[in-house]
Amino acid sequence: MSVAVETKDTRELFISEHARVEDSLAGSRLGWLLRLRKAAIRSFAERGYPTLDEEDWRQTSVAPIARTAFRAAEATKFHGRAGEELEREAAGGLAACRLVFVNGFYAPELSSVPRLPEGGLRVGSLAALLRAGGEVLEPHLAQLADDGRNPFVALNTAFFADGPYVHVPARTALDFPVHLLYVATESAEPAAAFPRALLVTERETKATFIETFVGPPSASYFTNAVSELLVGENAHIEHVKLQREGDAAFHVATLQARQARNSNFVSHSFSLGGLLVRNDLNVVLDGEGIETTLNGLFRCTGRQHIDNHTLLDHAKPHGSSRELYKGILDGASKGVFNGKIIVRKDAQLTDAQQTNMNLLLSDEAYIDTKPQLEIFADDVKCKHGATIGAIDSDALFYLRSRGIPSDTARRMLITAFANEMIGRVPVEPVRERLLELIPQQLLQGR
Amino acid sequence: MLEIRNLCARVEGKEILKGIDLHVKAGEVHAIMGPNGSGKSTLAHILAGKEGYEVTAGEALYEGKNLLEMDPEDRAREGVFLAFQYPVEIAGVSIAAFLKAAVNAGRKHRGQPELDAMEILSMLEDRCKFVEMNKEFLKRNVNDGFSGGEKKRNEILQMAVLEPRLAILDETDSGLDIDALRIVAGGVNKLRRPDRAMVVVTHYQRLLDYIQPDHVHVLQAGRIVKSGGPELAHELEKSGYRWLELEPKGAQSVSVR
Repeated sequence: MSVAVETKDTRELFISEHARVEDSLAGSRLGWLLRLRKAAIRSFAERGYPTLDEEDWRQTSVAPIARTAFRAAEATKFHGRAGEELEREAAGGLAACRLVFVNGFYAPELSSVPRLPEGGLRVGSLAALLRAGGEVLEPHLAQLADDGRNPFVALNTAFFADGPYVHVPARTALDFPVHLLYVATESAEPAAAFPRALLVTERETKATFIETFVGPPSASYFTNAVSELLVGENAHIEHVKLQREGDAAFHVATLQARQARNSNFVSHSFSLGGLLVRNDLNVVLDGEGIETTLNGLFRCTGRQHIDNHTLLDHAKPHGSSRELYKGILDGASKGVFNGKIIVRKDAQLTDAQQTNMNLLLSDEAYIDTKPQLEIFADDVKCKHGATIGAIDSDALFYLRSRGIPSDTARRMLITAFANEMIGRVPVEPVRERLLELIPQQLLQGR
Repeated sequence: MLEIRNLCARVEGKEILKGIDLHVKAGEVHAIMGPNGSGKSTLAHILAGKEGYEVTAGEALYEGKNLLEMDPEDRAREGVFLAFQYPVEIAGVSIAAFLKAAVNAGRKHRGQPELDAMEILSMLEDRCKFVEMNKEFLKRNVNDGFSGGEKKRNEILQMAVLEPRLAILDETDSGLDIDALRIVAGGVNKLRRPDRAMVVVTHYQRLLDYIQPDHVHVLQAGRIVKSGGPELAHELEKSGYRWLELEPKGAQSVSVR
C-alpha cells in the first residue's frame, strides 16, 4: 500500500500506484497491451511531469497536480448531486445513445444504448472488449496519441481502466449523437480517473460525438483523459467536448484525431469548469483535400487556469483548416491559447486560418495567446490573428441608454460574444444547455 | 420638461460647453444647429449620461429631477431617449432580443408586468411600420452590417417602441440620402405628441424641411449664440454659420489643459 504523503513530486507515487493496480487493469493478460502499458509507465518514470522549461508547457504549471498524492480512482456506485447533473445532461434528446463512465469505469445501469443492427454502429466499453480478447482494438488503441510526447498521455495509457469504444462502419450516417458522459464522484482522498476513448469512423460516414465531463464541486480530483479519433475517408465527423468539471478539479485531456483523405472534421470545445485545465487537441490532416474546423470557447473566473493547446498538422496537399477560439476571462483567472499549425513539405496549397479572440472582464484576468506557425511548403495560405479586449464601453452605453441595467447589459454582451461559438454546435439540446450555463456561471463569478 | 441652466462641461480637460441655457416644454420640438465642433453632440451625450464628460458648472433638470445624477438606464426608464449619431454595432444580439430587454426594463421600472416574447414581437412588428421596415429586420443583429440609413431607421424604431417623453436626436440626418431622410423624418413626425418633447440636433437645415421645429437655437463654440423661430433655420441655410461670427461674442473662456 502506498501512503499518501505530500512530496515535491509524486512521480514515484504514480509508479508504485501502477505496480499496485496493473494486474487489475483491463486487458492485463494481453501481451500487446501489457507492453504498451509498461512502455508508457517507463516513459512517464523517465520523463516525469512537464516543467515550465518545456516549450509546450511554458504557460501552464502542473505543480499543483505533481504535488497532490492521487490514488487511481475505483469503480463506484454513483450518487449525490451528480445524479441530478446526469438527468439534466441526458435531457432533451441526448439520451438516444449515451454511455456513462463513473470515475472512468463503464456504468451500464446509467447508460442507454439503442438496439443496434448487426454489422452497423457498435458502441461499448473498452474493458469489456479487452476481457473478450480485444482483437478489434489492437490495431488502433494507443496508436494515435503519443505517449512520448506528452507524459499525461503516457499516464493514461498506463492507467486507463475503461472508456468508450465506438465503431461507425463504412457508409453509415448516424441520425443521433453518441453521447459519452464522464462523471467523477467524491472520494475520501484525491483520486485520479483515466478515461480512454477510441472512436473509429470508416469511410463515408457521418457522426457526431459528444464528450461531457462533470464532477462534484469543491472536491479535489484529477481527470486525465485521452480520446483517439480516426476520421475515415470522405467522412463528416463532428466532435463536441463539454468540460464542466468541479471547481476544484484538475483536468488534463488530449483529443488526438487523424483524418483520411477528403474527410471533414469539426471540433467544438467548450471549457467551463475545473481549477487547472489543459486541453490538447491534435489533428493530423493525413490525406488530400481535407477540411478541418476547430471551434473553441473557454470561460474562466476566480482562480481558474484554462489552457488550450491545438495542433493542426497539415501533412498532405489541398488541406483547409479554420480555427476560431474565444476566451472569456473574469476574476483573477488565467487563460492560454496556443495554436500550432504545421504545414509539411508535401502539404502544398494548404489554406489555414486561425483566430483567437479574448474578452477580459477584470483587471486581474490574464490571457496568454500565441500562434505557432511552422511552414515547410512554399505554396500555402496561412493567416492568423488574435484580439484581446474588454467589454466595448460604447456597446454597454448603447444598451444602458435604452434602459437595460448595467449587469444585464454586460451579460447580454458576453452572451453575444459566446453565441457565435454556441450557434455552431450541431446538437440543439447542447446549444440550449450552453445558453443556460454561460450566463449562469457568469452570475456566480460576480 | 427639460431645464438646462448654465451647463459647462469639459472633455479631457478641454472646455466644450461654456454655459448652455435651454428650456424645453412638453409638446415642443427644438432644433439645435451649429457647425462641427460647436458642442452639439457633447450636449446630447451629457443629457443621455455618456461617460467621459466632466460637468464643471450648471445643471440639467428633467421633470424637476437632477438628470445629471442619474444612471443612463434610469434616465431611459424615466423617458429620456437619445437617437445616436453613430449607432453601435452589437454582433450576436438581435434587435428583437435587445428591444425585449429594453421594453421590459422600462415596464419593470413602472411596476407593469413584463411582456412575453409573443407580445413583444407583435408590438415590434407594429412599430416597424413607423420606419417602413420589414419585420424580418427584427431578426438581424443590432446595427451589425447595416447601411447608414438602416442604422438611423433602427434608432427611430427604438424610439417608437420605447415611447420616450423626451427624445434627443443627434444628427439623425447626417449621411442619409433623400429617401432615407424622408422615412426617418416621417417616423419622427408620427411620434410627435403634445406630451412628448424633442430636441433635434443637426448640422443641416435640410432635416428641418421635414421636421418643423418650434424653436431653433444656434450653438457655436459651446454657447447658444442665437435663438429664434423656424425662420432662423432658413437664414442659416442662406448665409451659412459664418455670418454669426460677425456678431459680438462674449468673453472667451480659457481652455484648460
